[in-house]
Amino acid sequence: MDFKVDVPEPVDTDTEEGGMFRQEVRDFLDKELTPEVVQARELQRDRPYDISPLAREFYRRLAAKGWLAPKAPHWPKEYGGVERSDEEQRILFEEFAARGIAGGSEYGGIQGPVIMRHGSEEMKREYLPKIARGEISFSLGYTEPNAGTDLASLEMRAVRDGDDYIINGQKVYSSFAHYATHHWLAARTDPHAPKHRGISLFIVDLASPGITIRPLRTMGGDRTNEVFYDNVRVPISNRVGEENQGWAYIREALGVERIVMGGVPVVGGRSILDDLIDYAKMTEHGGRPLAEDPYVRQNLAQLVIESNIRRLFNYRTGWLMSKGVIPEVEAAIAKVWGNELDQRIGHIGTQIMGLYGQLESDSKWVPLDGRVEHRYLFTVHLSYGGGSHELMRSLIATRGMGLPREPR
Amino acid sequence: MDFDLNEQQEMLKRAARSFLNKECPKALVREMVHDGRGCPPELWRKMAELGWLGLIFPEEYGGLGGSFLDLTVLLEEMGRGCLPSTFFSTVVLGGLFILKAGSNEQKKDLLTQVAQGKIILTLALTEPSASYDAASVGVEATSDNDDYIINGTKLFTPDAHIADYMICITRTKKETVPEEGITAFLVDGRNPSINRTVLKTIAGDKLCEVIFNGVRVPKESIIGGLHQAWPPLENTLQQATLAKCAEMVGGAQQVLEMSAAYTKERIVFGRPLGSFPVIQHYIANMMMDVDGIRFLTYEAAWKLSEGLPCTMEIHMAKAWASDAYRRVTALGQQIFGGVGFIEDHDMPLYFRRAKAAELTLGDANFHREQVARLI
Repeated sequence: MDFKVDVPEPVDTDTEEGGMFRQEVRDFLDKELTPEVVQARELQRDRPYDISPLAREFYRRLAAKGWLAPKAPHWPKEYGGVERSDEEQRILFEEFAARGIAGGSEYGGIQGPVIMRHGSEEMKREYLPKIARGEISFSLGYTEPNAGTDLASLEMRAVRDGDDYIINGQKVYSSFAHYATHHWLAARTDPHAPKHRGISLFIVDLASPGITIRPLRTMGGDRTNEVFYDNVRVPISNRVGEENQGWAYIREALGVERIVMGGVPVVGGRSILDDLIDYAKMTEHGGRPLAEDPYVRQNLAQLVIESNIRRLFNYRTGWLMSKGVIPEVEAAIAKVWGNELDQRIGHIGTQIMGLYGQLESDSKWVPLDGRVEHRYLFTVHLSYGGGSHELMRSLIATRGMGLPREPR
Repeated sequence: MDFDLNEQQEMLKRAARSFLNKECPKALVREMVHDGRGCPPELWRKMAELGWLGLIFPEEYGGLGGSFLDLTVLLEEMGRGCLPSTFFSTVVLGGLFILKAGSNEQKKDLLTQVAQGKIILTLALTEPSASYDAASVGVEATSDNDDYIINGTKLFTPDAHIADYMICITRTKKETVPEEGITAFLVDGRNPSINRTVLKTIAGDKLCEVIFNGVRVPKESIIGGLHQAWPPLENTLQQATLAKCAEMVGGAQQVLEMSAAYTKERIVFGRPLGSFPVIQHYIANMMMDVDGIRFLTYEAAWKLSEGLPCTMEIHMAKAWASDAYRRVTALGQQIFGGVGFIEDHDMPLYFRRAKAAELTLGDANFHREQVARLI
């Protein structure tokens, strides 16, 4: 048993090559994580759906090193992957965790592993190198007005026409669609099969004719999108894997997505909770520092403990992945835990701020740039987005402890 | 980063589980609640033979030289099995204090006897003021030539009724910062000037009121130096707190497993209880609670074993475990319903012990406050 991640040098367990690799990673991060990038990523941490060019450039450079998705299984050089030893994989993971590098999943962190396992040879050679170089990005096209938690009910239709499919329908809550290059699209290819067995998965160029993207503003002011497909022509070669086998691939992709969602929203090692703690120490209400109020002390301490549990849950997921497993149950645990904790931080943070907790980011007198108020609003969707927590808890119990499934 | 136990720890875990399954059935656990001693001598002897009592003492004192992580593995199994024994008071409270504060002769003499199962120890610290801080030590030891005379009442002292020796924490200097006037004395448990009464507790553990009526002890019985007991005592309390968390990991895990197993067998409305999402959610919440206790405890234990600072981690572990183990037992009771409410069932054993553990060595509020001070 070994919890050595945050322990400062020397890291005795590195081999010589490992030590050199670790230094290379540290040098790169020291150089790239400039204050401007850190600030851009801070904004992105708080507003993940509005990504700044600076933050995007950072992720592109990470991808160019082949380091973008350190938790995802690495893939071979012939597909543009950077072959890494298990030790290098672990070192990347540790260094990233210590600096709080999360996010960037829209650069193929979810799609890469699925393409690797199920894509045709042609698809792998076409897309994996571009993902590895950070040249393309993805928006998820799953949810529809009538298909959210019950995703398998989706109605978007893909009909074969010669060497293409013609796709019609509508997606909603397709975040990042306004700047991503591609849509990772789920559509029905066999309307007569049972619903789970008639779905296919596609990679669609979002510049294709017939695609209309309309903005939706969420509570908290972030942008997501409706995406309309009007007779959009997509080549067969853009279909991921086998026709009508899409549901299995989507389940894998969802598993990877959850690992990302449970991740710690920190930048450069500091989280919004760290900022709240500093705020409590420096701010007085009623003539007394907030940090001396027993309620504040108890609640901040509890959030620190729960954040520490989140950290350990994420390490466990990463540790299992480094053994070559996609840990469905553990990823779901990390997601449920992390996202509900995010909600608690937003609620308690605004509560601690008292009257100031209601000020929005562009208001006079707003504390911490309004990030806590925004977080309170933004985190509401995390307990159903990416997998509703009701479904997640059932998944955890049935696949984790063997409880029988609910009969359908 | 590696969440697996090493091979020796795996072996210890398996051996402990199978030993306790055989030697410590729940019928024995219940019997010991009503038994005067509360710990079967035969069981104690067997534990000594297995080397458990000296697990973390150095080999020169008859121990096995194991790490705190090894001890954590063992304590988890003890918590899982609800082991009624004087292990915690003797090895953790008494033994760790002597290891930290004792002179070479004291360590050699006492720890060797502990490892061999020859003596039962305890630490008499808490008093009617029910606090673990230095300022709450009111029992006084006043000097009289080469002796000291101890007067006062200790309360909630575990196993004092059968302890061969009690380490009594006293105030020997008053005009000073509280932490600087504390002295520990090794007191013969059979001293006739000590009056002991076993309290009736929710977990059936033998916590005692101990009244010291002019108990005379020689100055050689001081452990850790005159006025100097607080630093090693504080260190011992930290380790004991973590040891308590280790027990809690085992108990919580067992409740989770018992409850999950029950939901698969119990049929309600024509289908297994566990096929209802509400029940699945209870189990999922229990799983997250148990994992939280486990990871916080084991990370702290690893750091302690590596000689790394872990005060914050220990406070976090106990704060979390205090609430989480209790929650797990409450959900377990809810899942079992009426059958789990009957005293003969296993659930009450854990429900009661979770509350006792919550309140011992600092509850959630206390440890959260310590975390607040450290952040």
